[in-house]
Amino acid sequence: MSARRLGHGGEIDRGKTLDFRFDGRSFTGFAGDTVASALLAGGAQILGRSFKYHRPRGLLGSGFEEPNALLDLRDGERHDPNARITREMLAAGMELHSVHALGKASFDALGFLDRLSRFIPAAFYYKTFMWPRWWLFENAIRRMAGIGKLDPDARAHAESTIHLRADLCVIGAGPAGIAAARAAQARGLSVVMADERSRPGGSLLWRETSITGEPGAAWAAQSVQALRAGGATVLQDTSAIGLYDHNTVVLVQREAGRERLLQVRAGEIVLATGAIERPLLFAHNDRPGVMLADAVLEYLRRYAVCAGERVVVATASDPAWETAFALQAAGARCVLVDARTDPPMAAAARERGIELRTGARVAQALGAPVVTGARLDTGERIPCDLIAVGGGWTPLINLWCHARGRPRWNAELGCYLPGDALPGLRVAGSANGAVSLAQALSQGAEAGGAQGLETPACSEFSSGPGGAPDLSQTGGGRVWVDLQHDVTVKDLELAIRENFRVVEHLKRYTTLGMANDQGRTSNVNGLAVLADRTARSIAEVGITTFRPPYVPVSMAALAGHERGELQHPLRRLPAENAHRAEGAHFRDYGNLLRPAWYGPEEGALERECRAARESVAVLDASSLGKIEVIGPDAGALLDFVFYHRLSTLAPGRLRYTLALSESGAVWDDGVVMRLAPEHFVVSCSSGHVAAMTAHLQEWREDHFDLSRVFVHDCTSQWATMAISGPRSREVLASIIPGAVLDDADFPHMSLQTGVFHDRPARVARVSFTGERSYEVSVPASLAGALWQAARSGGAAPLGVEALGVLRAEKGFLFIGQDTDSETQPQDLGMDGPRRNRKDAYVGDRSLFLPEGTRAGRRQLVGIAADGAMIPPGAHAVASSAAGRRSIGFITSSYDSAALGRPVALALIEDGLSRMGEVLEFEHLGARHRGAVTAICFLDPAGERLHV
Amino acid sequence: MQVFPCPFCGERPDAEFRYGGDARKARPARDCSDAEWAQYMHFRANTRGESLELWLHAAGCGRWIEIRRDTASHVVIATEPMNR
Repeated sequence: MSARRLGHGGEIDRGKTLDFRFDGRSFTGFAGDTVASALLAGGAQILGRSFKYHRPRGLLGSGFEEPNALLDLRDGERHDPNARITREMLAAGMELHSVHALGKASFDALGFLDRLSRFIPAAFYYKTFMWPRWWLFENAIRRMAGIGKLDPDARAHAESTIHLRADLCVIGAGPAGIAAARAAQARGLSVVMADERSRPGGSLLWRETSITGEPGAAWAAQSVQALRAGGATVLQDTSAIGLYDHNTVVLVQREAGRERLLQVRAGEIVLATGAIERPLLFAHNDRPGVMLADAVLEYLRRYAVCAGERVVVATASDPAWETAFALQAAGARCVLVDARTDPPMAAAARERGIELRTGARVAQALGAPVVTGARLDTGERIPCDLIAVGGGWTPLINLWCHARGRPRWNAELGCYLPGDALPGLRVAGSANGAVSLAQALSQGAEAGGAQGLETPACSEFSSGPGGAPDLSQTGGGRVWVDLQHDVTVKDLELAIRENFRVVEHLKRYTTLGMANDQGRTSNVNGLAVLADRTARSIAEVGITTFRPPYVPVSMAALAGHERGELQHPLRRLPAENAHRAEGAHFRDYGNLLRPAWYGPEEGALERECRAARESVAVLDASSLGKIEVIGPDAGALLDFVFYHRLSTLAPGRLRYTLALSESGAVWDDGVVMRLAPEHFVVSCSSGHVAAMTAHLQEWREDHFDLSRVFVHDCTSQWATMAISGPRSREVLASIIPGAVLDDADFPHMSLQTGVFHDRPARVARVSFTGERSYEVSVPASLAGALWQAARSGGAAPLGVEALGVLRAEKGFLFIGQDTDSETQPQDLGMDGPRRNRKDAYVGDRSLFLPEGTRAGRRQLVGIAADGAMIPPGAHAVASSAAGRRSIGFITSSYDSAALGRPVALALIEDGLSRMGEVLEFEHLGARHRGAVTAICFLDPAGERLHV
Repeated sequence: MQVFPCPFCGERPDAEFRYGGDARKARPARDCSDAEWAQYMHFRANTRGESLELWLHAAGCGRWIEIRRDTASHVVIATEPMNR
């Protein structure tokens, strides 16, 4: 193929040259070129190697149907491992490399695989590389598989997704799409139109047409200008990747190598996605130099690239004749091979010096590695450097199928078309089987809801249906159906002999149409082979399912800006700066950034624990829930939602309780305080605030009069510092002047209010460490001041890690760590409400199912290790004649400085009745021993609360 | 990518809502049989066609709503507050 650039014409700007490189060679293109057109003009004929046999491959098409021309592209910071160069606008300095070749495309060290092809049949990998020997081949196969190689260091730009609304969303700005948009705008509708090319017009850009007396491309440009002036949004370089529920269209827009998603919610959708040409089936039809006739015409008219000098145009219908006429006019010598015996434009072709072979077909592409001739079924050999094939048309109804539309085979036109209509969705133009410009324009106008609007006068060079696939030349040699996945007619025949006759099975077994071109050029040809070889019609064979995305879309575009902390936002404490100033080491606790410890890590746990046990320490507990439940029915709602009755709580008092799920499992724990008869505050776990609010809200709405109880999450409005230790009372006195300090007036589990910096403060006497403790809450804006006040009062900083040790010494549990989804309250030794409550509460009935009452339930106990600490996760192992089995596991385990020995909590089968029993533990091969004890290791009588 | 008309907030994308189960299910009384409770807890009608569902407008008003919708066509037939 000796392609050349014409001296005039096309959309390119010859005044602006762009230098780039491909496989180490320098090329020059023009502004307005795609990478593909520039490479074609520069004579790069072999662009890559095929997936399986490493056959040389060149350009087949000009758009997303292109199966071969995927290249590794580097452009500054950008790296695309398999860029679709037919839709990639050329930029200066681009570095391109062929993919899937060992070396470069023109010389591939794996080219020998093609000579082994008869040993690599369909499903070769399925049949050969199976267990137990797969590992022998795995590395080599994995190295050869895939298209392109990701660069882990490359950076992809993130673009935010844009959300649009429109009365009408039109996909495709060809004649039908423009007609639809114009009609809709004339009706006063808002319109979004997306088109995957760099400028509007679709086939009008390269087909010889006239609309209202103007060239089609000019009409398209003017129409779009008018649409924009009328308020329409017209997006170029934008493909629809999927249609989703409720008329949602997702678009991907490409701009200078970046991709952005747009989500359009449309009242109605018009699909004017056009049709693509199908290749012809003949031997060696995958050789570089075999191209789609329509693509050859697009390269000629839009980019002024004449793809060949001696050209065979093979077809059985009129549209491909325009390619022959245009190439001949550009100086090439054309031979038209038409399967019809009496084509209508024969005389005009002869007049222009085009040779004709009617009633003939191409049987084989000659030459290697590139085309040097064509052998016809008549036996004649025609020397040529380009075979332009027009094998009929495949309407692009993929998006229509995304909306669960069922396609229907149209035997007359030889293609699948949309079947029964779908609400809110119309298909117009060649996607809907229009075979002429006039038909496309009128279908488009109708889809846009035109009323009384006249279809503009138009004419075109040639038109007409393309017909069904012609299988007459599939008998001999290797005939390619799917170029990207290297599936030949013989592969399909083999699969059919192996009884893969259902179209979906055949597709998966042979991988036909499963490459990233999604079988645009191979699908219908494959169906035709399956139908023919199983003596069925294509309609009987059916069609495989189309799924999003319609075109490949980068993960970067899907992610948009939702990466890192924007994807998973961390919640932060209001006093974070104060903690940082203290040298806090932060960790992410359930999406919440909290101080793990302060100062040097060495000795931090012991230092902080000692302060709390011996003196006084302050912990930032601001993230604990503060959900207000207010109203005359507040007590009743809390009674229903929690395991303990709370309506009996006296105002000014606190109660520890559990929340169960309906399955009876312990779901959360917390302290509920009653500020006033009709005012409660639920202090649930930090990680459960949103879920607990929704849970309370659900039962409120389900069971209660909404005017009698309200639920309001105030967690972020209040900052809370927990001051804990024998000296905590002194610190409280220094923070809240006038606070009640006397234990008789302010006992454990009670509450008082005060003033801090002229703002209201709440002080709850509640302890998660076992020491005398005060939780002081103030408006969140005073968080830093409250922290400073506690520190100035003498409290040492206490992080979350040390708190974990302090609470374990006391046997206070962390829900989800010391319990699992099967743990019920009786397994924690909290059987009271279960036995005594007769009123309804969430989870009640499940506690009395056989599962809740059976013996052998795992119960929470303490484990006193015999020696060193037993690691969390270690299993307790019981040995019997039947063998060894796990009877439970360690849930929490720490070295306790206060006790001078390790403490651990464990869920053990029937643990509460095993007190004193010594259990064997095993973890990662190491054995441990420990005795079952009560869960509270330190101060079981609770005397330290009153020290 | 459905759109649910929240009775309090108007049309909102489904990503703002959280599914909350079958709205036709009533919580049995405490003295129900084990089988009845198991039916309530674990069995789903999984209707194809019209269904009545509870959804929480989690990223909106925070209210629970009932949505009558077709699980096959995804057409939303009606929405109402759960508590009326």
